[in-house]
Amino acid sequence: MAAIDIAGVSKIYTGGVEAVKSVSIDIADGEFIVLVGPSGCGKSTLLRMVAGLETISKGNVTIGTRLVNDVDPAERDIAMVFQNYALYPHMTVYENLAYGLRNRGTPKAEIDARVAEAARMLEIEPYLDRKPRALSGGQRQRVAMGRAIVRKPAAFLFDEPLSNLDAKLRVSMRGEIKRLQKRLGTTSLYVTHDQLEAMTLADRLVVLNGGRIEQIGRPLEVYHAPASTFVASFIGSPAMNLLKGVLEGGRLHLGTHAIDLDYPAPTRGPVTVGLRAEDLRPASAGEQALLFRVDYVEELGAQRLVHGAVEDQPLTVALPPETPLASELAIAIPMDRLHFFSAENGKRLQRRGETDRTAMAVPARPQAVNLESVS
Amino acid sequence: MSEASPSPWPSPRARGEGNAADNGASLLPAMAGRRWPAGRMRGRFKDQGRQAAAKRVQFASPFLPYLFLAPQLAIIFVFFYWPSVQAIQSSFYLEDPFGFGSTFVGLTNYADVLKSTEYFGIARFTAIFTALVTFFALAIGLLLAVKADGVIRGNAAYKTLLIWVYAIAPPVAGLIGMMFFNQHIGPLVEFARWFGWDIKVGLDYFDTAFAMIVVAVWKQIPYNFIFFLSGLQGIPVSVREAAAIDCRSELRRFWTIILPLLAPTAFFLLIINVTYALFDTFGIIDVMVKDKAANNPITLVYKVYMDGFRGNDLGGSSAQSVILMLIVLVLTVFQFRFIERRVHYN
Repeated sequence: MAAIDIAGVSKIYTGGVEAVKSVSIDIADGEFIVLVGPSGCGKSTLLRMVAGLETISKGNVTIGTRLVNDVDPAERDIAMVFQNYALYPHMTVYENLAYGLRNRGTPKAEIDARVAEAARMLEIEPYLDRKPRALSGGQRQRVAMGRAIVRKPAAFLFDEPLSNLDAKLRVSMRGEIKRLQKRLGTTSLYVTHDQLEAMTLADRLVVLNGGRIEQIGRPLEVYHAPASTFVASFIGSPAMNLLKGVLEGGRLHLGTHAIDLDYPAPTRGPVTVGLRAEDLRPASAGEQALLFRVDYVEELGAQRLVHGAVEDQPLTVALPPETPLASELAIAIPMDRLHFFSAENGKRLQRRGETDRTAMAVPARPQAVNLESVS
Repeated sequence: MSEASPSPWPSPRARGEGNAADNGASLLPAMAGRRWPAGRMRGRFKDQGRQAAAKRVQFASPFLPYLFLAPQLAIIFVFFYWPSVQAIQSSFYLEDPFGFGSTFVGLTNYADVLKSTEYFGIARFTAIFTALVTFFALAIGLLLAVKADGVIRGNAAYKTLLIWVYAIAPPVAGLIGMMFFNQHIGPLVEFARWFGWDIKVGLDYFDTAFAMIVVAVWKQIPYNFIFFLSGLQGIPVSVREAAAIDCRSELRRFWTIILPLLAPTAFFLLIINVTYALFDTFGIIDVMVKDKAANNPITLVYKVYMDGFRGNDLGGSSAQSVILMLIVLVLTVFQFRFIERRVHYN
């Protein structure tokens, strides 16, 4: 187990394409970090640089106290779980698990003990003599996890390990990965494009876009105080509503609507206003409201997502299923839940009086974070 | 699935494992059609279920499938079974050298062949020749493929250059090969002379054998290279990367991961190369010894040709070809029984 320090790391491919642009992440010992972003954001490249499968163009990666830039992947004391499992097809499950240990000259008895322990933990004991082709997707994934566990490495690296599983299995494996990581306390770096997976697994999230870090923070911090419009639209489902507005004389103008703010406006002029679908509700009489034209409704059971527009700006509202619907609704403005972003660069504009939660993003003890992120 | 495609080869795994018969059978079309074994296997792995369903094609008339099979069967019968039967038949007769009839002599032809010390000398040379040609053609082809696979920059050009050799027509390639050992202009003869070795192809037994093996190997390398390269590219990158994390030594990774995963390709090439060394090297030997073997080394196939068409001993020559057929049969059965067992299809 060890801390991982990623300092100013860049990846520049021949031809000048910069896939990762000077990324710095300080990962505490035992922390579960999730790298999340759309495809092509450089998250896998970053992970592979930590693993040693890609060279590091600029910057430093330190695992524990050792600078590993020029260290062979096998010598970095890391274990990786691949998206397509990458099991050795000609070896039995036992041999797959034992391979890494054998190559490190681990005594036979020790290998047996560790494989048995991992197999018990992952409930793959009945399959130890089988070849991977005789296993189901979920079982293969467990074997891939087992191969990482038996090594007892300083860090686990996960490269979208659940993408090849069906939806139901993904949810249960997600829980299992979380449980295992907490139990073993091994520092983990996990790559995914699935924001839900990122939210549920992470001690801290790293949102990447175009090779740059958009935000680092605990899941709820990122959710409640997205650092940019990109993060706002990427984290959370449905995505945060982003409306174009203008702040003028303490009032927010959305099209022809004008809303009085009960706090000082963070800026003047055009802004992007963020509204979470679940923060919106029908207005009661006399309240400041937006006139919302309903387009179509998605029934999710626990809630219904109402899609429509406020004066040609698309808006989604999450309502309890018992709320009566009409073709036009008056939607209340949750004054304290408004997010303001710069109209020019999309950066978050901090309101006065609002606690700056993004600034609190210090690596917390995993145990402490655990309670929060489970919710 | 094993019922849908019964393997014509005695595969010991067919009884033990469910899908082994499918593996055994799939190698044959790969050989006959000379398709890429790695590509076939990848495809099979992906949609095994769909293929099983697709195999049960329904025909409107029960004769229709036989009609589709007819051309292939006709070719096999006319060019393979018929000559084989004729060879077996004439091996029991003593043919008049001038074609005025033949006499039934029973097993005399076989007895003559098996009593001849010359025949066993040639058989021994054939065995050594086949072993060396197969070994070096496979080893060098594999080495080149592994190295070409590792090239990152300009690998397309590099691979194309290596594959190009294969596009040269075999007789031309053979002639170029002979040129290497030409007494007057051969660069290899020149080269050997620096070390005080005066190569005399066609005069010295060892020198001729050496030249035969070198040319036979040289001609077969591009073929093996192409198959090994495609086999290597069929190994998933992530498996190699997982191995890179699990094992530091590249050489050890090659022996424990890459080579076992290449085994299906290697097994296919082993059969092809043994057959090549036994039969397809005829042209090379013919150019080297130029009809007059004298005390130069020749292989069993060349001896069949010499006795039959130069010596006009059709009966003896037929007996030899039947013996050769039996050797190949035993060899193939052996390969499938004992080597395929160690091959992992994924």
